[in-house]
Amino acid sequence: MSGIPKAFWNAPCTLRRSFTVKLLLGLCVGVSAAQSPVATTSLLHKQAPQFVRTDLENRKLDLSAYRGKVVLLDFWATWCASCELEMPRFVAWQTQYGPRGLQIIGISMDDDPALARRLYKKMKLNYPVAMGDEKLGQLYGGVLGLPLAFLIDSQGKVQAQFRGETDLNLIEERFKSLLRP
Amino acid sequence: MKTGLVVRSGIAMFIGFAFLSLSPQIRAQFGPAPAGSAFSIPEAQLLKPEALVQLLQTTSKDKPLLLQVGSHMLFAQAHIPGSEYAGPGSQPAGIEQLQNRVNSLPRKKLIVLYCGCCPWNRCPNLGPAFAKLRDMGFTNVKALYLANNFGADWADKGYPVEQGY
Repeated sequence: MSGIPKAFWNAPCTLRRSFTVKLLLGLCVGVSAAQSPVATTSLLHKQAPQFVRTDLENRKLDLSAYRGKVVLLDFWATWCASCELEMPRFVAWQTQYGPRGLQIIGISMDDDPALARRLYKKMKLNYPVAMGDEKLGQLYGGVLGLPLAFLIDSQGKVQAQFRGETDLNLIEERFKSLLRP
Repeated sequence: MKTGLVVRSGIAMFIGFAFLSLSPQIRAQFGPAPAGSAFSIPEAQLLKPEALVQLLQTTSKDKPLLLQVGSHMLFAQAHIPGSEYAGPGSQPAGIEQLQNRVNSLPRKKLIVLYCGCCPWNRCPNLGPAFAKLRDMGFTNVKALYLANNFGADWADKGYPVEQGY
């Protein structure tokens, strides 16, 4: 049984059964459902809610100033291990696709800004990050779990919402289709 | 006997192959849980959302104490009506806040902990909070099992929520 991750056996019995069934079904249809972006009914194809914040470098962060760019708005927090796993890829994307019009913006949902600053520096994030709050969360339909990201097109419309741990290749494909050639 | 072993080995190999073929992010999701994660909570102590809803509806006397032990920002956006914020279980200050809240309670008191900040195997808060209550001698502690997060497994399912502090 060495080919099976330890966490699988650590999971409750009912969860193991459920996971195994889902995995087999997922393979039958080709793609795991967990990888699919979940479209929000409230924001999809609507204008992304505007906000103005001060980022962690004390610069003004105005979402409307990025009109004309494709924005990946990423809600994260230091307690979200999955969010941290995504960050190196986001940094690489900003470098690679920034010249083609991609702008990643991070919103930390940490209660303590000091924790967010520490991770921001540790991960050497090359995109602006501002602190969020419950008002901003509610503006985006409620940030009731992380990771959570919104893909906003150059016209300021939400084109996709990625809830939970999502296949980053899928996110990359989605935003690449919106970028300049 | 031998056939059974072969079948089981085949299933194990199939699952192992399937696991390795998934993306790194999905592998991470099902990969080894961080120390102190919610995985450390015994299955018998888990409470499914529908069971909690039923419990809250049927319990007239001696209602359970519902404590959210995750992010305060998430709590302010939405939480289970009647629940209290008890500090992030992953932080020493949060554990102290939890301890102060329950210290005077009878050790048989039914306490339900929940978080829902992130996928169950990534939650850094529930495991330490549950362990703290166990160490304090509480014998009737449950953890609300939210597979993905509070939004997907509670709010989106239409279970009751309220906003505010």
